[in-house]
Amino acid sequence: MIEAQGLTKDYGDKRAVDGLSFTVQPGMVTGFLGPNGSGKSTTMRLILGLDSPTAGEVTVNGKPYRDHAAPLHEVGALLEARSVHTGRTAYKHLLALAQTHGLPRSRVDEMVELVGLQDVAKKRAGTFSLGMGQRLGIASALLGDPHTVMLDEPVNGLDPEGIQWVRNLLRQLAAEGRAVFVSSHLMSEMALTADHLIVIGRGRKIADTTVEELIRQASGMVVRVRSPQADELRHHLTGPGVTVVSLSPGLFDVNGLTAAQIGEAAAANNWVLHELTPQQVSLEQAFMEMTRDEVEFKAAELEAA
Amino acid sequence: MSALSTSMPFRGRVTQAHVVRSELTKLTSLRSTRWSMLIAVVLTIALPVIFAAVTASRWSTMRLHERLSRHPLDIALAGVNISQLAIGILGVLVITGEYSTGMIRASLTAVPKRLPVLWAKLGVFAVVSFLLMLPSVLIAFAASQAILRNHHILQISFSANGVARSVVGGAVYLMLLGVFALALGAIARNTAAGIGIFAAIFFVIPPLLNILPTNWHDAIAGYLPDAAGRDIFALTHGTHDLAPWPGFFLFCGYCAVTIAAAAVLLLRRDT
Repeated sequence: MIEAQGLTKDYGDKRAVDGLSFTVQPGMVTGFLGPNGSGKSTTMRLILGLDSPTAGEVTVNGKPYRDHAAPLHEVGALLEARSVHTGRTAYKHLLALAQTHGLPRSRVDEMVELVGLQDVAKKRAGTFSLGMGQRLGIASALLGDPHTVMLDEPVNGLDPEGIQWVRNLLRQLAAEGRAVFVSSHLMSEMALTADHLIVIGRGRKIADTTVEELIRQASGMVVRVRSPQADELRHHLTGPGVTVVSLSPGLFDVNGLTAAQIGEAAAANNWVLHELTPQQVSLEQAFMEMTRDEVEFKAAELEAA
Repeated sequence: MSALSTSMPFRGRVTQAHVVRSELTKLTSLRSTRWSMLIAVVLTIALPVIFAAVTASRWSTMRLHERLSRHPLDIALAGVNISQLAIGILGVLVITGEYSTGMIRASLTAVPKRLPVLWAKLGVFAVVSFLLMLPSVLIAFAASQAILRNHHILQISFSANGVARSVVGGAVYLMLLGVFALALGAIARNTAAGIGIFAAIFFVIPPLLNILPTNWHDAIAGYLPDAAGRDIFALTHGTHDLAPWPGFFLFCGYCAVTIAAAAVLLLRRDT
């Protein structure tokens, strides 16, 4: 279990994490979502005490991470940046980490087997592909049989089979009662694995909710309308809090009115409707909508021709 | 069954002894370390052997003042001057290699109290380099003396006054130099900067001091790390040099101050 209270981190005059408070509960997968540069990795470093917060605090199972007698037994972490000496073999890397806690070689063998690196364990980590590096990172994270598993973008660089393997592993770890905290910038990935979501943008918390709730909130706000009298209807609907986006002649999206309100307005004026559809947004769209103003590096939007 | 297939209940914890074991694994599992150590051992032994052989073969053609300027201990410890470069660079790399590869994040995640990692690195590197360098200087002394003995020149007994201290002092100097370099690396956190600072202190600044007025030079030069360290194994000491033990303690003092700075910075800085 991870508990953060008003966690804040400044690098120079740039605020990377801004007053974050959240809880990661045991027995479920908590997704940690945000665009690139939104402070996910920084938050994870703060949890591990690699960086110290400017303000606020974060505890792991009731204590600051560094105060635990067996830290690797509390949190097993895979950080986004590689944390392996490229000149050392995978086996020796895991052995050196295991030895800090007095763990036996058999534990290293178990982890090598678990992540499927038996054939390359005696090769230097510098020769590893991105996917093999991720597997080694996951083996390091699970070495201490941790209560909380924290993985930063774990599916990066994995092939489809590897991605499937990570999803199953995360579900299984949560089912065993562990707290699983996984970051991603891909909403679609989280939709498949996470029970709970914490969404951040520019270091601030935007949402802290379940996957279903998030979709429900974001959906139904946009209604698609197709009508031969589109121009008249459009002008009629315009008002404060209502935006209309033209898609093609006779087709537009309305934001800020329900389908019922639009239908009644059309009926009152004897206008014909060919389509009236509340748009079910995907989790991806909900995420984009939510973080639109919070993206740090935004590509210029393409003008529709 | 658990995903982690734990065969037994978890019973690990971080202790200083465990971290020492881990650092020993780290030190011995890198090719660069093994090569540097091997080079240091070979140079420490080979250079005196070569110098002894050359001196012996040229002895009959040497003038008297040239013969008088040759000292058997200078020959026996000639390798120390070269192997200090290998040991110093390796000392810096032991810690900066972790920063350049990102390994330091794994190390400090496993041992978040941080200082046990620094103590273990210093201790393991000091012991390993001393255990390799002590036999090396002893073999260098014995081998160079054996070659010179065949030509009945430049004989000196290990039990003669100051000889044992000089030879063992060579190994002690290299050990302390490695510790000093490791602490410099921990402060610099960058290989190029660490080696640069190390080279500046031991190879660049000492000759630069010759530009200073002589009385300034004499007042300062003898107290620099490089000079203090050399006093440990030098057989003869000039009027401006420290005696072996004061030199040893001063060099230890430099190491202690550098280590203290490294420790404070390690605790304070983000990783």
